[in-house]
Amino acid sequence: MREVAIIGVGMTRFGELWDQGIRDMFAEAALKAMADANVDKIDSLYVGCMSSGLYTYQEHIASVMTDYMGQRGIPAARVESACASGSVAIRSAFMEVASGMSDIVMAGGVEKMWDIEDGTFVLATASDQEYEAYTGVTFPGLYAMMARAYMHQYGLTREELAQVPIKNHKHSVHNPNAQYPFEMDMKTVLTSSMVADPLRLMDCSPITDGAAAVILCPMEMAKQFVKNPVKIKAIGAATGPIALHDHKDLTRLDAVRLAGERAYKMAGLKPSDISFAEVHDCFSIAEIIVAEELGFFDYGKGGKAIANGEATYGGKIVINSSGGLKAKGHPVGATGVAQVIEAVEQLRGTAGKRQVENAKYGMTQNMGGSGGSSVVHILEAQ
Amino acid sequence: MVGIVGYGAYVPAYRIKAGTIASQWGDDIVAIERGLLMKEKTVPGRDEDTITIAIAAAKNALKRAGIDPQKIGAVYIGSESHPYAVKPSGTVLVDAMGIGPDVHVADFEFACKAGSEAMYVAYSHVKADNMEYALGIGADTSQGAPGDALEYSASAGGAAFIFGKTNVLADVLYTHSYTSDTADFWRREYQHYPRHGGRFTGEPAYFKHLLGCGSILLEKSGMKPSDFAHAVFHMPNGKFPLKAGKTLGFTQEQMDQGWVVNLMGNTYSGSSPTGLTAILDIVKPGEKIFMVSFGSGAGSDGFIFEAQDKIAEVQDLAPKTRDMLNGKKIYLDYGQYVAYRKKIRFGE
Amino acid sequence: MAISPRYSREIPHRYRLEATKFKSGKVYLPTRYICPETGDREFEKITLNGTGTILSYTIIHIASDAYAKQTPFAIAIVETDEGARLTTQVVDCKEDELKIGSRVELIFRKVMEEGDAGIINYGYKAILI
Repeated sequence: MREVAIIGVGMTRFGELWDQGIRDMFAEAALKAMADANVDKIDSLYVGCMSSGLYTYQEHIASVMTDYMGQRGIPAARVESACASGSVAIRSAFMEVASGMSDIVMAGGVEKMWDIEDGTFVLATASDQEYEAYTGVTFPGLYAMMARAYMHQYGLTREELAQVPIKNHKHSVHNPNAQYPFEMDMKTVLTSSMVADPLRLMDCSPITDGAAAVILCPMEMAKQFVKNPVKIKAIGAATGPIALHDHKDLTRLDAVRLAGERAYKMAGLKPSDISFAEVHDCFSIAEIIVAEELGFFDYGKGGKAIANGEATYGGKIVINSSGGLKAKGHPVGATGVAQVIEAVEQLRGTAGKRQVENAKYGMTQNMGGSGGSSVVHILEAQ
Repeated sequence: MVGIVGYGAYVPAYRIKAGTIASQWGDDIVAIERGLLMKEKTVPGRDEDTITIAIAAAKNALKRAGIDPQKIGAVYIGSESHPYAVKPSGTVLVDAMGIGPDVHVADFEFACKAGSEAMYVAYSHVKADNMEYALGIGADTSQGAPGDALEYSASAGGAAFIFGKTNVLADVLYTHSYTSDTADFWRREYQHYPRHGGRFTGEPAYFKHLLGCGSILLEKSGMKPSDFAHAVFHMPNGKFPLKAGKTLGFTQEQMDQGWVVNLMGNTYSGSSPTGLTAILDIVKPGEKIFMVSFGSGAGSDGFIFEAQDKIAEVQDLAPKTRDMLNGKKIYLDYGQYVAYRKKIRFGE
Repeated sequence: MAISPRYSREIPHRYRLEATKFKSGKVYLPTRYICPETGDREFEKITLNGTGTILSYTIIHIASDAYAKQTPFAIAIVETDEGARLTTQVVDCKEDELKIGSRVELIFRKVMEEGDAGIINYGYKAILI
């Protein structure tokens, strides 16, 4: 298996992109990534997207994208794993490069979420449609039940939970691509609209349009194109129960733990080797549970640790330097790719005021549904 | 011996007080309560309809009957508020209860007497040896137009009766039905609310048919009112059944237990049937029950029942009607009520 | 959104709580052909008795369009007495009556309507007991 590097990254601003359709957004991100990598031709494309059909009525988007990014003729495929689609695209591209089948492969992600009104319905299709969504439960509702179980089991307070979005908004201020790059105080979180008790609007990642793309090539070829490649040290992927009620413990996300264990094993690393992590804070409670499953904090301790500043600059690990899904935005199919882009910028040392100093290894964790799937990447600075 | 082998009722948790409706429309609550003898009425939850009410009542009936639902050969639901104009309520019920598919199913409609009609046909099937058991149900989520007098009474609930020949709880001794073309109350296709003839619903409709049916039933049976422990009549409001009963010769005491209207409202097809379940909850073996329904249009069905020894064993096997009426209540204000009953126009 | 063919095939589970009990004792709703915990393939069909306990719950304030007129409504994850897990609405109660550990009974209710002209969807919901 060949070692694989990332040689180019590109993304749109995340937000309400009223002037751009799904193809416009993807073409922008793809062309930026190609320019960044100094390539004008790619061998293959994987595009992660959760639900272009329900959001925009357009399926078959791999063909749309190659057509509109000037790459007609190449093999391309869309991959889908709900909100983890982007990471699965990277994993697919990684395997194609590592295997020797192709050299220059793009992995991208895109979601156009503002073209329809009932986005709550679309997101709920990532749960068990027949036995969860059918009851009327929403995605915030599923995570709210995780939050209530966690608060009940470990005594996490509502205020401690609010520290997750407060921290991530603070990080986002220096991210030019973030949807909501502003600081937010406790009162704002605790008085925001109730979405699914105990989760309020400011516990929830927003609805976002956006696209992101990265270009992979064999490590041995990387320096032919760029001076600053970043190595994909390891990838771990896993699935879990599709329905939250089938999780043995509602405060655990087994797919995250398994994906993390696989990534650590492949990399030969342990949690303390990781300087920063971009994790899937689709809801405040998710960041806490994920940080525990990835071994950064003990079970039941993550909430208090994050509230005590252990997950920001100067703490044990910097989590979501980009602002996370909450503040940067969460165009679901693009999210996993955008997480990797943040990791690449950190490891290149080009993250500006968000820079995590002396980082050698960075991690990303992307999640599908309420833990139905998860992908973890470990990236290494060169 | 053919009779009831299982019975059950269902009362929704939601209520609205007569005073709440009166204050909405500026009506005189003292006069309303005195005129109608009603304090409050049941309101179906937003997720309840004739089908869910019929199923809840039928499950209670099955608990008391203790029979294999597969042996039920016919299911009839009487209602003026079937959720589908075309697709029988009974089809949902049989699949929910594990009855059939070898079962005869039909929905009945006859204003407020569709429930007793369902009982009558179910009883007749068993009597004719067409099947071992048959299920007859009266259930409704009836509506009165905003501001109409019916708004004080039209309520929700239901009762279910399984008829059979073995382990009978209450024998059917006599029946009689009485019907004519009397346009006292009606609802045309596609109309949301019914229309009625005001005072024409009284003497020429309710009293003529109910008293006509009741007096012939007494005559047929050779019994007199004092032979009965209990009597129940259709309850469009509090006053009518008491007046009708007294005209036939029944006393207030005989009518007390079945007179649920002051707390429940008029459950239309479920009205006298739920009154009957309240009586069955406390009746003693050997006691006789006199029941006459009334449905606008118009007609009445009369039954004479005699409680059997078995009744004492099953009364506690499912929730009792008056316990449900006096149990958990969630009171609605008028705004919640009109939203629950879809009396306001929602956007798409 | 359910449409009639999909709706019809779920009737045994949603109307009658027909579940799968594996030889290992694990119980699942709806039907599974292999136990996800033990790999067991020997099972029998059972009918849940309809009582259980709330493991966690939420109150939904913002719902998808089909459920928007029902808000706020309670949703819970329930473990039935047989050990099956399911997600369900909890109705006929006030928010402050709900607790982790509350006992519930599954009842038959309307889940949603596919507009004014479409089919009516029924299934299980829970009430506190």
